[in-house]
Amino acid sequence: MEKRIRVLVAKPGLDGHDRGAKVVARALRDAGFEVIYTGLRQTPEQIAEAALEEDVNVVAMSLLSGAHNTLFPKVVNLLKDKELENVLILGGGVIPDTDIPALKQAGVAEIFTPGTSTAAIVEFIKANVK
Amino acid sequence: MDIVQELLAGSRLALARAITAVENEYDEAAEIMQKVYPFTGKAQVIGITGPPGAGKSTLTDKLAKEYRRQEKTVGIVAVDPTSPFYGGAILGDRIRMNELTLDPGVFIRSMGTRGSLGGLARKTVDVIKIMDAFGKDIIFIETVGVGQSEVDVIKASDTIVVVLVPGQGDDIQAIKAGILEIGDIFAINKADYDGVERLNTELEMMLELNPNNALWRPLVKRTVASRGDGVEDLMQAINEHVEYLVTSGELIRRRSIRTKNELLLLINDHISKQVMDRISLGGELDSLVNSIEDHQQTPYNIVRNILAEILR
Repeated sequence: MEKRIRVLVAKPGLDGHDRGAKVVARALRDAGFEVIYTGLRQTPEQIAEAALEEDVNVVAMSLLSGAHNTLFPKVVNLLKDKELENVLILGGGVIPDTDIPALKQAGVAEIFTPGTSTAAIVEFIKANVK
Repeated sequence: MDIVQELLAGSRLALARAITAVENEYDEAAEIMQKVYPFTGKAQVIGITGPPGAGKSTLTDKLAKEYRRQEKTVGIVAVDPTSPFYGGAILGDRIRMNELTLDPGVFIRSMGTRGSLGGLARKTVDVIKIMDAFGKDIIFIETVGVGQSEVDVIKASDTIVVVLVPGQGDDIQAIKAGILEIGDIFAINKADYDGVERLNTELEMMLELNPNNALWRPLVKRTVASRGDGVEDLMQAINEHVEYLVTSGELIRRRSIRTKNELLLLINDHISKQVMDRISLGGELDSLVNSIEDHQQTPYNIVRNILAEILR
């Protein structure tokens, strides 16, 4: 029996900048995780459905368009609707510090802003995955 | 309700979790397969294989849409390589299939190879069985990008589509053994690139020399998957092949070989697991190795003794 941590790396919203998401995806791969990368411009519904089909332990979203206050909580709620309460939900990208408390309140476990080391993300996942 | 009853009743969540249990070899995996097995054998399984970047995912996406138009339900198992150094994987086949995600008639699952070298993961065959029992009409297996000898896809498919692209080598490549021998249908994708005529001719020449052409002469089709060109034609070819499989009795023959291989593999897995469990207890493996090095025993009598003990 071997448990392998599976992470969905998703880009919700309309910005086309996925360099950060790809760097994180690569770091998670090198940490021994299975990373399902779904590409750009995903709707919250697509992200939640992919998370269900792939039975992931973690959903990691990267967003640089400023729509995080709308889209992150929407994904959280859709995952709940699908009985995926145990999925660890992470956000990253250009997100103002003032927005972070409300996002955590909404159910995003952690927000990683520019300058975070990839090792910190890996450690957080290992410590908090259910 | 247990997980198998739930998935048989149509729960996508139960399907996803049953796949995980089997893929990770959780304790309940054997029981899940045991319960699922009576409901298998109905789906039509199509293997999509070919070199990296040939367009397997895009073509699978377009073919799946064609089958959906005919109101068939579709399952897709997409395999990507696991890193041999870190054990992780980037599973990126869904990128080309995003339009299918919200279609409730489609279920896509990505798998890492986790050390298997034949183009599939070790548990891909079981995952297909679970999707089959769930009720999918058509199941696509998309292999990792293959080179020449990764032909495990034949262990799981009714029809194999080998996807090739122009400009990848001369006609000696085409007569080598390996993936070119397993295609029931060849799709020359990116057929708007230079070199398509030459590849087409080389394939046809290679296929002319097949000894079994009287039964089924593999078809060669051209596609430009990104635009959807030729996809309907390709599906037509797949349907022709299925008709041949059914009318000739080849389907029964292929599935019977598969059942035999799966049984042998299962026996093999179980015996080797018992042996491993037995000799990895309390460092016995190391002391056996020492006894070989000290010339007290040979590997051959060790094996004979262990098997005699287990199969007693």
